[in-house]
Amino acid sequence: MLIQILLIIFLLFAVSRVLLQVKSGNITAGSFIFWSGLFFIAIVGVLSPELTSRVARLLGIGRGADVIIYVSIVLLFYLVFRLSIVIEDLRHEITKLVREIALSKEKETGKSK
Amino acid sequence: MKLLIILPAFNEGEKIGEVLKNLPNKIPGVSEIEKLVIDDGSSDNTAKIALSQKAKVLRHIINRGLGGGIGTGFEYARLTGADIVVTFDSDGQHRPQDIVSLIKPIIEKKVDVVIGSRFIKVSEVPFDRIVINFLSNVATFILFGIWTSDSQSGLRAFNKNAISKIEIKTQKMEVSSEIFKEIKRNDLKFTEIPIKAIYTEYSRKKGQKNSNAVPTFIKMFLRILR
Repeated sequence: MLIQILLIIFLLFAVSRVLLQVKSGNITAGSFIFWSGLFFIAIVGVLSPELTSRVARLLGIGRGADVIIYVSIVLLFYLVFRLSIVIEDLRHEITKLVREIALSKEKETGKSK
Repeated sequence: MKLLIILPAFNEGEKIGEVLKNLPNKIPGVSEIEKLVIDDGSSDNTAKIALSQKAKVLRHIINRGLGGGIGTGFEYARLTGADIVVTFDSDGQHRPQDIVSLIKPIIEKKVDVVIGSRFIKVSEVPFDRIVINFLSNVATFILFGIWTSDSQSGLRAFNKNAISKIEIKTQKMEVSSEIFKEIKRNDLKFTEIPIKAIYTEYSRKKGQKNSNAVPTFIKMFLRILR
C-alpha cells in the first residue's frame, strides 16, 4: 500500500535524524534509545499491521489503529509535560545566570568606588 | 540590626522615585536601612531614578519576573549579612508606615516571617481581588499545606534565620506561594499582620493580573511534580 511506503520513508528519515543527532552529541544515549526504539516500533507496526491488531485484541481495544492513536496521545501528553519541566528548569538556570551577572557587576562597581 | 528593603521593579520609572522617597530612613530597633531596587530588565529610567534616590540598584540584564527579582534580593541579603529583609512593591501599593509594624514581631524575636495581609481587615479591596486571592489561598493550602489569609501579598518581612533558609526557585508571580512552601519546608514560625493596600489605576495595571491566576497555579503544580 502507498501509505505504508510513505510512512516507512518518513520513519527511516526520522531514524536517520536521530542517528545524526547522537553522532553530533546533541542528544544523550537515553534519548537515542527512546527515540530510535519508538521509530523502530512504528516501522514494525507499519510493516505488519496484523501485529497491532493482535495487540489491540490483547488489550480489549477494537482496532490496531486505535491502539496506536491511544498510545500516541498518552505519550504525547507525557512528552509535553516533560518538555514543560525542562523549559522551567532552563528558565531557572537563566535566572541564576542573570542573578550572578547582576551581583558580580555590583561587586565590581563596589570595588571601584 | 541591619534592615534591607527589597523592591523588585520592572518599568516602574513613573512611581519608583516617590516610593523610595517615602520609605522610612529610621526605625526604632534598626541601626541601618538599605534600600535595594532590583531593576528587572526595565527599558525605562527605573534604575536612574532609583540611583538618584540613593538606593542600591542591582540590574538584571533581561527580565526574569518577580520571583527572579526577589531571589536576587535574598542572595544580596545573604552576601551583605542583612538581619531583616522586607519585600516591598515598587508600584506604590504599600504604605511605608506598615514596615514598622511589619518588622516589630521580628525585632521582638517572636517569629521568623511576617506577612502583611490585606485581608485581615477587608476594606477597599476590589471584589475580584478578594475572589482571586481566596482561590490562591486555597491552592496554596492544597499544594503546600499552609493556610494564609493573603497568599499573594507583596509586603513581607524575614529574619536572618529565614533569609538563610529560604530558597527561591520560581521566576514569576508564583513566588508568593513559593514563599509559603519554604516557610513550611523549613518549619519557620510566621504570623500575619493587617496592612492596607493602596489600589490605584497604576498599581492595578502593574500588579498581578487576574488572568495570570491559572498559569501561576499550573506552574506551582509543575514545580511540585518534578
